[in-house]
Amino acid sequence: MTVEKTHRRVSGAILNMSENMKFLSGNEAIAHAAYKAGCKVAAAYPGTPSTEILENVARFKDHIYCEWSVNEKVAMEVVIGASLAGTRALTAMKHVGLNVAADPLMTVSYTGVNGGLVIVSADDPGMHSSQNEQDNRFYARFAKVPLLEPSDSQEAYDMTIQAFTISEEFNTPVIVRMTTRTSHASGIVDLGDFTPLPSNGRIYTKDITKTVPVPAFARGMRVRVEERINALREYANSSRLNRIEKGSSEIGIITSGITYQYVKEAFPEASVLKLGLTNPLPRDLIRRFSESVERLYIIEELDLFLDEQIRAMGIKVEDYETQLNIGELSPFRLKQLRAEIYGEPAPDLPSKGVGEGLPARPPVLCAGCGHRSVFRALNKLGATVTGDIGCYSLGTFKPLDAMDTIICMGASVGNAFGFEKAGHNNKTAAVIGDSTFFHSGITGLLNIVYNKGISTVIVLDNRITAMTGHQQNPGTGQTLMGEETKEISIEQVARGVGVDRVRVVDCYDMDEVETAIKEELDAPEPSVIVAKRPCILGYKLRVTRQFEVDFDTCKGCRICLKLGCPAIELGDADPEKPKIRKVKINPVLCFGCSMCQQVCTFGAIKDKVLEEVSR
Amino acid sequence: MKKTVNIALVGVGGQGILLASEVISRAAMLAGSDVKKSEVHGMAQRGGSVVSQVRIGEKVYSPLIPEGETDFLVSFELLESLRYADTLAPNGTALINTQVITPVTVSSGQQPWVEDIEARIEKAYPNRKLMDALKMAQDLGNVRTVNMIMTGALSKMLDIEESVWLQALSELVPAKHLEVNLKAFALGRGLE
Repeated sequence: MTVEKTHRRVSGAILNMSENMKFLSGNEAIAHAAYKAGCKVAAAYPGTPSTEILENVARFKDHIYCEWSVNEKVAMEVVIGASLAGTRALTAMKHVGLNVAADPLMTVSYTGVNGGLVIVSADDPGMHSSQNEQDNRFYARFAKVPLLEPSDSQEAYDMTIQAFTISEEFNTPVIVRMTTRTSHASGIVDLGDFTPLPSNGRIYTKDITKTVPVPAFARGMRVRVEERINALREYANSSRLNRIEKGSSEIGIITSGITYQYVKEAFPEASVLKLGLTNPLPRDLIRRFSESVERLYIIEELDLFLDEQIRAMGIKVEDYETQLNIGELSPFRLKQLRAEIYGEPAPDLPSKGVGEGLPARPPVLCAGCGHRSVFRALNKLGATVTGDIGCYSLGTFKPLDAMDTIICMGASVGNAFGFEKAGHNNKTAAVIGDSTFFHSGITGLLNIVYNKGISTVIVLDNRITAMTGHQQNPGTGQTLMGEETKEISIEQVARGVGVDRVRVVDCYDMDEVETAIKEELDAPEPSVIVAKRPCILGYKLRVTRQFEVDFDTCKGCRICLKLGCPAIELGDADPEKPKIRKVKINPVLCFGCSMCQQVCTFGAIKDKVLEEVSR
Repeated sequence: MKKTVNIALVGVGGQGILLASEVISRAAMLAGSDVKKSEVHGMAQRGGSVVSQVRIGEKVYSPLIPEGETDFLVSFELLESLRYADTLAPNGTALINTQVITPVTVSSGQQPWVEDIEARIEKAYPNRKLMDALKMAQDLGNVRTVNMIMTGALSKMLDIEESVWLQALSELVPAKHLEVNLKAFALGRGLE
């Protein structure tokens, strides 16, 4: 391996490292691989932990056309088109994004590709930033396409380049499956000769038997898909992507992806079959490995993807009790397994006994976030709220406490209509962000109009895709490549799909927000409220106004604390009534949105003189 | 083979932890070690708790530090140092910035503050170094240099020469902020 070869330890000295040795996250490594492989088109929708892939592809925008697509399905369709036209193309998405893009995936498997087509799926075991921990390796089996599982950044780079080659050689899209700990972990990567491979000169020639899966043609494609998977199985048996690392013959472990790294740490003595190409499985190699060891274990993160297939081959696999299939793995969890396998006492989780009752530090809506007034009003009105995916999922929690459901991107709109049709006897509103509305809220809204609903949809329009780190979207007027483009108005879209009651409110005007929501909830026809304020983080907005609490006027009623604003804190007690603590405003955090001033019934929150504003 | 050195940087979103761990990783790489770094992105900027793990050695496999095997816990905030206490090895060292960033659960009155926080820190960390990095950064005239003060303090405990650290900083810190960050690093490194 290049890292070991060129990376000798020289104590204290700076090595003359080639400038092609970089310290890269897995996501950055994939972007570099796209450049190196001569990829020409890349498209994605942001989603943790995949977002940085396209953000880094954009560093090579002089060589690669790249875009934030409106959603993952569109991204997939764009790269399929590019591939069929003859260029290498790449799309990347989080695990649940592939659900959105599954429809084109299933059929591009049949049509095959022209230029190499790579689909990166970044799964999130442990659900650091996701609503489920589905194991997307099954998509590769489902779609009958090859699956590569890098275990670190170097492999993410090497395998992504190889994925393009496999794609063209076998006429198939290839899934590269990352996880949070390969996407967001960094390691040393030798980029090798970092000049893009030349275009392989593929051109588009019309062939409807290849690209139009009407039944007559699709049936032939279906047979070729099966032939392809058989050919790939032969390839998997001999490819260096799958390798045996010989150790003790007592215990053999089959593993893949990040789990390989934990295995090497917890079982340094074991023989390991490290699988890099896991669909189709290299059956001959697995059989050979199983015969070379006394006891065979399969260790994998999330579902029993390898395990069930290998057992189905009739190979004897050892059982174990240690539960590994829920949540992300770690070296420690494998040490627990090790203890079980060797019949040793289980390692204890160390405890210093100082963690009891530590106050939590959950993420919160920022000071100055416009979403706050909408949740405050919904809470006050006692509405049922179908929610969606974005920063505003934070409106679920106390003290805002104004969200009932979250399912998937865009679901809020259809969910609200479902509540309505079920005869739910409470006022119901859907709450959805601007980027999520463009992603998949529009069709739900069209459905409400068409099916004669009266639901209320509130679009929290902060003009950015905030939660994933402020990406451009159709509402921002900017593309991923930094070009100016048409800025799409949500009001116009809503009117365009037939909503007559469309109103725009300023999130910082709490009365206006509350009145609008109340009236639209009561209205006997579908309505859209566009609640506007740009994201202060995303647009790095400067503070132009700040507030402070007049200590003597404050009664300590805490109504302002119900806003859940991180800038408002409990302060000193009333000298005469020591049980009553008054509030104060943290000048480092206050953005000057004035919501606290608006809710204060005693007039205790005052404008600060501007000269005193410190930032 | 030399043992892998495990470093965990903890604190609150916005304190510059990710840049600090990038500098440490870069320095280790320049010094000829293998290095891996792991962190979770996402909602950190929204004031949540942040952890970044760096592992340095001859050959590093897992990017995650096994529980209870952290050699250096670099805590950018007082309360957060306790949240990750159990990750530190029994003979590990804690470098703790005494700055307090009140979590919203406390400032809003939902949860009580930990009154015995100092006693807990004494109990958890026999090997510890407390410093007021925020005050030091304010004296330098830039509160955003807390991260390089902490990195400087850590640097003395690692087997990497000063010139390597300086190169790592100069590669990773934008030119217009480099001077003050070098000063902050030197300040942290000079602490006894």
